[in-house]
Amino acid sequence: MTSTVEAATLFDCRDAFASTVEELAEQDERVVVVCSDSVGSSKLVAFKNRYPDKVVNVGIAEQTMVGVAAGLANSGRRPIVSAASSFVTARALEQIKVDLAYTNAKVVICGMSPGVAYGELGPTHHSVEDIAWLRVIDNLAVIVPADPRETRLAIRAAFEHEGPVFVRVSRMGVPNIYGEDYRFRLGMANRLRAGTDLTVITNGTLLSHALAAADTLRARGTSCRVVSVPTVKPLDVEEIISAAQETGAILTVEEHCAHGGLGSAVAEVVVSSHPVPMRIMGFPGFLPTGSALWLLEHFGLTADGISVAAAELMTRKHS
Amino acid sequence: MIPVPGDVLAVGRIDRRLPFEERVRLLAQAARAVRRRDLQMVHAAGLGHIGGDFSSADIVAVLMLAVLDVDPLQPQMPDRDRFVMSKGHSSGVLYATLAVAGFFDPALLDEYMAPLSTLSGHPDARKVPGVEASTGPLGHGLPIAVGMAIGAVLEGSARRTFCLVGDGELQEGTNWEALAAGAHRHLERLTVVVDRNGLQQGAATEETSRLEPLADKARAFGWAVEEVGGHDHAALLKLFESLPIRPGQPSFIIAHTHKGYPVSFMKDRVEWHHKIPTTREIRAALEELG
Repeated sequence: MTSTVEAATLFDCRDAFASTVEELAEQDERVVVVCSDSVGSSKLVAFKNRYPDKVVNVGIAEQTMVGVAAGLANSGRRPIVSAASSFVTARALEQIKVDLAYTNAKVVICGMSPGVAYGELGPTHHSVEDIAWLRVIDNLAVIVPADPRETRLAIRAAFEHEGPVFVRVSRMGVPNIYGEDYRFRLGMANRLRAGTDLTVITNGTLLSHALAAADTLRARGTSCRVVSVPTVKPLDVEEIISAAQETGAILTVEEHCAHGGLGSAVAEVVVSSHPVPMRIMGFPGFLPTGSALWLLEHFGLTADGISVAAAELMTRKHS
Repeated sequence: MIPVPGDVLAVGRIDRRLPFEERVRLLAQAARAVRRRDLQMVHAAGLGHIGGDFSSADIVAVLMLAVLDVDPLQPQMPDRDRFVMSKGHSSGVLYATLAVAGFFDPALLDEYMAPLSTLSGHPDARKVPGVEASTGPLGHGLPIAVGMAIGAVLEGSARRTFCLVGDGELQEGTNWEALAAGAHRHLERLTVVVDRNGLQQGAATEETSRLEPLADKARAFGWAVEEVGGHDHAALLKLFESLPIRPGQPSFIIAHTHKGYPVSFMKDRVEWHHKIPTTREIRAALEELG
C-alpha cells in the first residue's frame, strides 16, 4: 500500500465530501441531502445550486433533521445528513439511536468539522466526544477518514452499506496520504508501516503525524508499525490482535477524548485477547480555547509528541 | 387467560366501496374487537398502557381499516400510504388493529411483551409488518412523518402520510420543529392526529405544561386545523376522507378523546395510563364493551 507524507498542500475533506455527494446524486436520483442550516458549512452551496430540490434544509433543528432523514429513507429516498458533528451527534443522539440504528435506516450521517476544528469557538463547538457516544450504538458503523481520498471512498462505502453509517468529515487541513491504488473497505484497517517494536494505531487527521513519528522513530532504531483504523466500528479485531501479538506494545492516537474513542475500542480488544502495554493519546476533556493546531500542539498530538510517547511506552514495555 | 372469541378479530380491512353506514358499522365492530383483545393482551402481559390504547383505538381503527391505502399482504408496497404511531406506548391497540387488518396472525398477539416476542412494549418497524417507524421515545414520530411526506413529494407520488401523536407528547419540542418544517414545505398530504385525551402519565396536560390554545398554536404554525370527536367513527371517517382540510397546508386534527374510553371505571382516570386491570376488572370491562 502506498503512503507518503508530503509536507506540502493541506486539504479540507469537506471538499471531497461535497464532490462525492454530487457524484452520487448524478448516479442515483434518490439521493437527498438533509441539513440543519448547514448547507454552507458543509460546502454544499454548489450542490444546492445544481440540485435545489435535493436539499432538504429543515432549519436549525438537528433532531428533526435526523427524524426527517429516517422518514425519507422509509419513503424510498437515499438521505445523506450533513451538519456540524458536535450538534448532530449530541443533539440528535436519540434519533440516531432509534430512528436510524434501531430501525436500520439506510442513512449516511456526515459529521462536519469534528474534533477541534472549531478550536477557537470553544468547548461548546468542539466535537471530541462524538466517536465515544456513537460507537456504543448497535448497528451503526462509524468511520473516521484521514484524507480526501479516504473521505471520498468512505462516503461511497457508507452509501452502499445496508444500514446507517456515521462518517466524520475533517475540516482541519490534512495532506494527501493515500494513492490511487487505495481500496477502502468498511471494517478493514490498513497497515501503512511495517514494524516489530510497537504499533501506533490511529485514524483521521492524526494519521499523517503518526506516519511522520514512525519515520523519526525508525531513524532512532525503533521499528514502529503504523495501523490506520478508519472504521472504528465494526473494528478490524484481527489487525489489532496481530499488533498486540507481534509488536507487544500499542500506542493509540486520535483527535478525540482519550476516553471512549478509538483508544478505548482498541483497549477493549487488547485486554480481552492479548494484554500488552498500551497508551491512549487524546484530549483530556473540555479544552481551552485556541486554534486547532495550537490545541494539537498543546496536548502533544503531533509527530514529536507521538515520538516521545512511543519512546516512553518502549521503556514500559522493557521494564 | 381471559377467553376472547377469535372470530371477533376476523373483520379484515373494510372495502371502501361499501356504503358509508356499513363501513361505520364494521368499524364499530372492529374497534370493539380490538379493545377486547387489547384487554386480554395487557392482562396476560401484566404490562401495557390501556388508557392511551383505548383513547386511540377508534382513530387507529378508522385509519388502518378504512382509510389507509395499504396491503397487509405486501406491507412494503412502495407507494403505500404511511401511518406513524408516534405514541408508541399504545402498541397494544396498534398490534391488535394490525392483526385485524390482516398484517399478521392474531395468535401472535398472545405473545405481547413475552420474552423474545416480536411484539415488544413499543413497536419495532424491523419486526412487525405494518409498523412504519420504531417509536417509543416521544417526539420522534412527527419528524419522521415529515420526512416520509417530503419523500412522496420528491417522488411525485400522491401517497398520504398520517401521524398519530399523544397530546402530552406535544410537550416534546421536536413536534414544533416538525410542525414548522411541514408547514414550510406545504405538505398537504401530511396529516397529524392528536389523541387529545387531556391526560399524560402523571396528571392533566393543562396542569403539567399547558397545551391550550392548541388549535390556535397549530394554525399559527401554518397548519389547517379541524377538531373532531375521537371516538365517533362516522365523523372520523368523513373527515379523513375529505382531506386535506385546506389545499396547500398540512392538516392538524385534534381528536377529542377520553383515556380508557368507554370503560366507566377507566374513563378519564389518569391512573389508567398504565395500570394493569385485575381479572375482575377485565371481566367488568369486557361486559361493558359487549
